[in-house]
Amino acid sequence: MEFLWEGIKEAVNLWIHGDAEIIEITLRTLAISAVATLVALVIGVPAGAFLALKRFRGRSLIVATVNTGMGMPPVVVGLIVAVMLWRSGPLGGLNLIFTPTAMVIAQFIIAVPLVIGFSLASIQSVNPRLLDQIVALGANRVQMLWLMIREARLGLLAALMAGFGAVISEVGASMMVGGNIAGETRVLTTATVLETSRGNVEVALALGFMLLIMAYVVNLVVTSVQQQRRPT
Amino acid sequence: MSNNSAARPDQEGAKLSVRRLAVSRGGTRVLSVDSLDVPARQVAVVIGPNGSGKSTLLGVLQLLIKPDMGELLIDGEPMRDDALATRRRMASVFQEALLLNTTVQKNVVTALGIHKVPKKERGPRAARWLERFGVGHLGSRHAHDLSGGEAQRVSLARAFALEPEVLLLDEPFSALDAPTRAALIDDFAATVSETQVTTVLVTHDRDEALRLANQVVVLIGGRVHQMGSPGDVFGAPADEEVASFVGIENVWPATLVNSESGVARYRLSACSSCELEVATGVAPQRALFAIRPEEITVSAGGAEAQTSARNRLQAVVRQVRPAGAVVRLILEMDGDPPIGVVAAVTRPSLDDLDIDVGSAVTIAFKATAAHVIPHD
Repeated sequence: MEFLWEGIKEAVNLWIHGDAEIIEITLRTLAISAVATLVALVIGVPAGAFLALKRFRGRSLIVATVNTGMGMPPVVVGLIVAVMLWRSGPLGGLNLIFTPTAMVIAQFIIAVPLVIGFSLASIQSVNPRLLDQIVALGANRVQMLWLMIREARLGLLAALMAGFGAVISEVGASMMVGGNIAGETRVLTTATVLETSRGNVEVALALGFMLLIMAYVVNLVVTSVQQQRRPT
Repeated sequence: MSNNSAARPDQEGAKLSVRRLAVSRGGTRVLSVDSLDVPARQVAVVIGPNGSGKSTLLGVLQLLIKPDMGELLIDGEPMRDDALATRRRMASVFQEALLLNTTVQKNVVTALGIHKVPKKERGPRAARWLERFGVGHLGSRHAHDLSGGEAQRVSLARAFALEPEVLLLDEPFSALDAPTRAALIDDFAATVSETQVTTVLVTHDRDEALRLANQVVVLIGGRVHQMGSPGDVFGAPADEEVASFVGIENVWPATLVNSESGVARYRLSACSSCELEVATGVAPQRALFAIRPEEITVSAGGAEAQTSARNRLQAVVRQVRPAGAVVRLILEMDGDPPIGVVAAVTRPSLDDLDIDVGSAVTIAFKATAAHVIPHD
């Protein structure tokens, strides 16, 4: 229990005194995960909508792949991305290994199946007759897609939370493709692992709490948007 | 409510035309319409039992269902050439009020936006039509918080706000309770007659057809069995299936005996001593003799019963079935095989009659109440 208490005190201390390194790590964490989630949304929501609304050969195979991807271990993603980006790997020439960009790529790969899966489910849960009504109103493809996404917006916010929650909390992929380089690719999760292994449990706890608080604040904002009581 | 058709003559060409239409589902032909025209500014009501293909027909007109073959024309032009443009000339209302997950006002405004109505016009126009359907005060309410009747009013207001050339409705009143339904049908009928929008309404409800239709299309088993004015269809069904659907339950095979000055005498096939008269201009040799249950009067006792009607027959009560305000009497006449008769009487008159299962009765009906359907 002493540890926990010390950890909280240390976290508050670090925040109050604005420890430059901690703030930098926090901001980097936020930036990398936000960019990865955003790209995952831009690609994943239309892809999910497409899978929800279109029937074509091989659709089940793709949906099964997406569902599998939703539970993919980050460390495996990290390993695959790392192998691709290593100097000797097929994409080694891009010189991306151990950069924030590499971390964004890995986190994107983790987030995108979650975003597609949640989007697919939420758009599929919209009354299919509404789609007929929207088409009968004379909507073109873009208008139809937009209105269906609007109908499914609560579910899509869940997609956002699932995607962001997954990438901000993962450590395996960030460690593998980012390398936990101080001042460059160190994020809250990798820093926590490092401080724990060094025996600085208070600092590790402080970082862990910071991560929790950040995830909580982001989810609080999204949830309050999602659960807004509609006017009656 | 722009109505720039004032210059047109009353009788004009078809607004919508369907030619040689065929729709199959899973290898089975579910709809097959050789020719159907909906005249401009008329209300065509497509009636038929469940599964008769009426909703499929409407889906085809809404360009939501692609037919296997057939020609669809609007003002003589192919509808599917530019499906999007055609859809924007029409408006659809479904059985379920399919409203977007937003406010009532935005539901209408969004639809107007799709139809490229100028931005400034959208709000006032939405408000005007919501007001017209008695839901103007609900503009800021969320669509999903409405009652069924309110939601369907919004759905109709949205359709009319688009000021379409053609209105397509799929059982729009079926999901509502009786009082709500009656009130909404009144408002709808008034609005349709005022806007004179060409309308196709699909329903299984005969009363809606009688109330709203200029033209009734009877669709049974995916085929058009009869097309005509409500008077034609309900008064002179083209065949047995139409007769049974429009509510004529007494349909007896019969042969012509003679015919003079507008009155034909028929003999029932199952009863050589039963001759009945019908007022009709055309008297087919072999026919179905048809009479509605409510046109039959029932009196207790045998042949001595007093009535001025020309057609009189003896029957025995087999069942007494209360059905709301009326009681349906299931009767049987002697014959080979015995002939079933359904008569509808009010409760007070049943009490007066003092009859029960097994009682002998005399049934009577006027020659003008009956009609004959050609039958081979």
